[in-house]
Amino acid sequence: MTTAAIDINRIGYSRDVFEQFLAERVEPVWISDARREAFEIYQSLLQSELDPEEFKRVDLRVFNAARFRPSSVKAQTTEISTLLANQTEYGGSIAHVDGQTTHSHLSSQLAAQGVLFGDLLTLLIQHRELLEPSFLKKAVRPDADRFAAWHAAFWTSGTLLYVPRGVEVELPLHSLIAHSRDGIAEFGHTLVILEDDARATLLEETSSINNDMAGLHVGCVELIVGKNAGLRYVQLQNWNQRTWHLAHQAGNVDNNASLQWTVVGLGSRLSHIHQDINLTGRAATAEVNGVTFASDHQKISYYTQQHHKAQGTHSDLLYKEVLRDESRVIWRGMIKVDAAAQQTDGYQRSDALMLSENARCDSIPGLEIEADDVRCTHGATTGRVDEEQIFYAQSRGISEKEAMHMIVEGFFQQVYDRIPVEIVRETLSRTVQGKLGIEALAAV
Amino acid sequence: MSSLLKITDLHVSVGETPILKGVNMEIRQGEVHALMGPNGSGKSTLAYALAGHPNYFVTSGSIDIDGVEITELGADERARLGMFLAFQYPVVIPGVKVADFIRHAVSNIRNPDRKEGEGLVPMREFRREIRERMEALNMDTEFARRYLNDGFSGGEKKRMEILQMAMLQPRFAILDETDSGLDSDAVRVVSEGLARLSGPQMGVLIITHHERLLEFNRPQFTHVMLGGRIVETGDASLAHELHANGYATVRERHPEAAADNAQTVAAVTT
Ligand SMILES: Nc1ncnc2c1ncn2[C@@H]1O[C@H](COP(=O)(O)OP(=O)(O)OP(=O)(O)O)[C@@H](O)[C@H]1O
Ligand SMILES: [Mg+2]
Repeated sequence: MTTAAIDINRIGYSRDVFEQFLAERVEPVWISDARREAFEIYQSLLQSELDPEEFKRVDLRVFNAARFRPSSVKAQTTEISTLLANQTEYGGSIAHVDGQTTHSHLSSQLAAQGVLFGDLLTLLIQHRELLEPSFLKKAVRPDADRFAAWHAAFWTSGTLLYVPRGVEVELPLHSLIAHSRDGIAEFGHTLVILEDDARATLLEETSSINNDMAGLHVGCVELIVGKNAGLRYVQLQNWNQRTWHLAHQAGNVDNNASLQWTVVGLGSRLSHIHQDINLTGRAATAEVNGVTFASDHQKISYYTQQHHKAQGTHSDLLYKEVLRDESRVIWRGMIKVDAAAQQTDGYQRSDALMLSENARCDSIPGLEIEADDVRCTHGATTGRVDEEQIFYAQSRGISEKEAMHMIVEGFFQQVYDRIPVEIVRETLSRTVQGKLGIEALAAV
Repeated sequence: MSSLLKITDLHVSVGETPILKGVNMEIRQGEVHALMGPNGSGKSTLAYALAGHPNYFVTSGSIDIDGVEITELGADERARLGMFLAFQYPVVIPGVKVADFIRHAVSNIRNPDRKEGEGLVPMREFRREIRERMEALNMDTEFARRYLNDGFSGGEKKRMEILQMAMLQPRFAILDETDSGLDSDAVRVVSEGLARLSGPQMGVLIITHHERLLEFNRPQFTHVMLGGRIVETGDASLAHELHANGYATVRERHPEAAADNAQTVAAVTT
């Protein structure tokens, strides 16, 4: 025995918890078998340290897994406040509460075109041959890290979107992941598969029913974009400030396909997102946008990797972070270019705006390039609101506070401009105003 | 009754360095004043101090409008009382659209009690008004959608200052070298624009090294600043003379202030 034995019950789930979880589930054997396999990986990963490169600055010391358990009780279908639902016409919508799907809808027109959208478990069972080869095998693998393995063993509900070859889904689809009770551990999974030449937009958000309960989300997002296909995916993380958000997210982009991926971090007590962008096919492109607004004692962390695996690929990442109070934001970004990925463009940039002396931001860009004919740039800035900007606005009759708010919104505007979905831009702008404490909204 | 902006024995320091050393000036609504003086004499410092820049400390003296002291007021409060400064170096605010910025500004100036989040001037009227003003200044209306001064040329920035002045209709406007960096067509547009806007409702203080702006906006008073003091005040012919002959004779007439001016410049450059 070593003296510093890891307390499994604090950092994760023991075999007892797993067996009890399995006993309560009614599902095909092949799914349980996959869980068992993932759980064995999980048990071994629990014995080793998290990769310091990724987790060194992510403070999980007070995290206590024993405080959270998967729910076996039927979820209540109480009203859940959302930022995006009802804001526009959707082609389909789905909601998960406490790890169970409570609502699912797809327009009959899209269903007739062969689009699948709904609860992951149900659809996985119905379309095993189609979906099993992609689920937790191509984008995120259970052995990726401790949290991916944990997720793979315990996932329950999730959102599946499958768009057949050549089908273009015009209207966006909406997915909501919510917590309604204290102490819930929830393992929502999002799997999007676009076949060749397909197109779709998925807007996903997370929400807590109130501000008091504590929650845990160990999530996973897999985006698989086929040749010439185009996916726009937004995940707006808006948990209350007592929720832990740990997520492994990855997108694979094939030949000539494009992925526009927007990550928004507003809520949570602590959030850590591992985001992989894999440009697997020739001339694949990815645009990655990050909007983060941390306040109070929030800790929000990102580990992003733009991995260029094929020739002529293009990736462009822009993260913007605003920090107030005693919040902390960490961004560790990496561009990797394989030897085969010649004529590659990779850009990454993170800009942080500090509104408080007591906030702290660490932005660490990085490059790992094995090809010789590439263009890659990276950069990170951290700054405060410029006093001259405030004075200039004040000299036009704008109060100091209002000037500061305009400057913050302007700071985010540069990333909003890259977000292709108007309601997302509007929603973000409204939500940021809310977080800035602007009470009444100006009548337009 | 026309309002009076009165500057009395104003002393202003930047950090520990005294820059203005007792400035006196009275500007009445409807009057045009020119302020001239060599580089580093303190013209912009006076402009900033009047506008209420927090780094420009008034160490003694006062600024008042119709007897109401404004020396202690913040820049936004002064603006709401009708003060306006066209900056020598306009500031870039990335991501904030010209139209949004000016709409907020106009809303505050026209409704000085407005609090953040309260109503803005109606969009439709505002749009029409800003379009008209932009056309009068020969500005492409596309500028309204751009981010404030972001990527603007020097001349475009100066025009943007005049557009803001036109929209805010201040009682007292200070134009700090608004004519520098403009091509000759633009100087004419801005000069004519200013002439149209000034009239009886606006007192103007024009800080300039050139003559063009003053041709269209003939000053009733010309002040010469040297070493942080107004050393001479005359009429339009004084401006003309200074343009023709430079500041050598002024320095000779005021050797003490001239020495001060040289010193401030030296103190800052070393
Ligand atoms: N923020 C500041 N920090 C340090 N020194 C300053 C500052 N502002 C003004 N000064 C100094 O005060 C003096 C007066 O400067 P000011 O800008 O008022 O001159 P000016 O008359 O406007 O000159 P110009 O014709 O070149 O615009 C200069 O010596 C300048 O360097
Ligand atoms: Mg100056």
